[in-house]
Amino acid sequence: MADPRKFKIPIGPQHPALKEPESFSVALKGEKIKGLDIRLGYNHRGIEKACEGKTFIQDVYLLERICGICSHSHSTCFVQAVEEIAGLAVPRRALYIRTLVAELERVHSHYLWLGVAGHEIGFDTLLMYTWRDREAIMDVLALLTGNRVNYGINCLGGVRRDIDATQIKEVIKAIDELEERTKYYIEVATQEVTIIERLSGVGILSHEDALRLGAVGPTGRASGVNRDVRRDDAYAAYAELKFDVITDDHCDVYGRTLVRVKELLQSFSIIRQVLKNLPDGPIAVRAPRKIPAGEAFNRYEAPRGEDVHYVKANGTEFPERVKVRAPTLANIRSVKQMLKDRYLADMPIVIAAIDPCFSCTDRLISVKHDNKEKEVMEWQALRSYSIDWYSKRGVDFTELNKKLEEKFKHK
Amino acid sequence: MLRQVLKSILKKPVTIMYPYEKLEMPDKFRGKLKFSPEKCIGCKMCMKDCPTGAITINKIGEKKFEAVIDLDKCIYCAQCVDSCPKKALEATKEVELAQLDKGKLRVIFDAESQKTTEEESKK
Ligand code: SF4
Ligand code: SF4
Repeated sequence: MADPRKFKIPIGPQHPALKEPESFSVALKGEKIKGLDIRLGYNHRGIEKACEGKTFIQDVYLLERICGICSHSHSTCFVQAVEEIAGLAVPRRALYIRTLVAELERVHSHYLWLGVAGHEIGFDTLLMYTWRDREAIMDVLALLTGNRVNYGINCLGGVRRDIDATQIKEVIKAIDELEERTKYYIEVATQEVTIIERLSGVGILSHEDALRLGAVGPTGRASGVNRDVRRDDAYAAYAELKFDVITDDHCDVYGRTLVRVKELLQSFSIIRQVLKNLPDGPIAVRAPRKIPAGEAFNRYEAPRGEDVHYVKANGTEFPERVKVRAPTLANIRSVKQMLKDRYLADMPIVIAAIDPCFSCTDRLISVKHDNKEKEVMEWQALRSYSIDWYSKRGVDFTELNKKLEEKFKHK
Repeated sequence: MLRQVLKSILKKPVTIMYPYEKLEMPDKFRGKLKFSPEKCIGCKMCMKDCPTGAITINKIGEKKFEAVIDLDKCIYCAQCVDSCPKKALEATKEVELAQLDKGKLRVIFDAESQKTTEEESKK
């Protein structure tokens, strides 16, 4: 007989505490987590397939929308791959501007994470503080690029907007202020006893496990994995800039917090160097509409870790294949390890500590059938399968469908 | 901690009373599009490069073109502005585009009716 003290509780796919649809099935013994089953795939948007039906120019905007927070990461990763295939020499000024936006993005992403982490451990004042400060970065981004999110600064062969002296002043003003604030947060994180007590020893991921499970970004670096694409495989202007790769050997959520706040200071220093050494010259070269046949694989250090794009071109205006691996996919496996034998109450902060982006992670859909290994389903078949599935359970969508169609009929 | 509290008490609120107060958008902001029919040559480069198919250029007469923009499809990327060889399109700072009536989200710009549609969409 099953142990009566053992429970299996589902969390998600729709759950008030989760911001995105993902599903966790937690096996509990008392308060302790004995097993964890993570299921993704509730927010598959078919972006890779959609890329094949759009031109390279359009894909930049589509891929930018993989993630609302690290949008610049995805678009830069993609344009770098395409530029490699087409053999474009991107002007140095463009590379510097890309780096500038990338680091501003990292700052706002880490600030956002700090607020969310504070919220998950019941420290909502931190959330209010960091998100207030983050506004300064968002305004700067809007000023430089024309929008607060989905900056649209990249184009094939360079960047779309130049920056001028007044803007540089604005950026420096914002950075000065934020650097002060960050120093304060570092003080809070290293001296505030409640934070240290709450986060230390939670979500432990040993150095060996981090390597084995392929953790990337701050998650890996907090377990002593000294890897950073910006240094190891320098792209954009990073080869000409000085910065440290922050690592930590706490191996827990506290370590991940320290890595992120310290990375903020590095980002500020990078931004200052970029603004100081901004080279003159054009901001873009003309890119051909038809990209010659070839393939490229590109890595990019997004705020959450290594982002990977693979692009294959076949000589037309449309890509043959685009493959994306968002950093969360690399980190999600380590969550299972981190939560083993831990308390259920630690789950929110441990999951939040990898700074997950589940919708960005959803890439592939494969339908498993009971008697067959795998099956490819056409859209129509999939639709009637779902209608069948529900009607067997007494849910009839015919009326609702009609109403919806009526309502959304476009003029 | 006390220093933080005192500082925050003396500061102005960080939020503003929207919609009574409004923030000014920066110069390069990518808001609602504006089309100048007299400049358009009907090359349709904007249509070709638009990622969402939000813009349609129709020929309405000899060397006369109108632009139909679906504000609900547009992602305000301003790629069409970059693609246009004649600078017939530009992005404005207008951001308050929400509508209850879906029909109003389709804006038609042409030489004659430009004024009326503009006014309508402001209502
Ligand atoms: S702004 Fe972008 S989405 Fe909107 S019409 Fe122009 S190209 Fe299309
Ligand atoms: S790209 Fe410019 S000139 Fe060409 S059709 Fe569009 S608006 Fe007209």
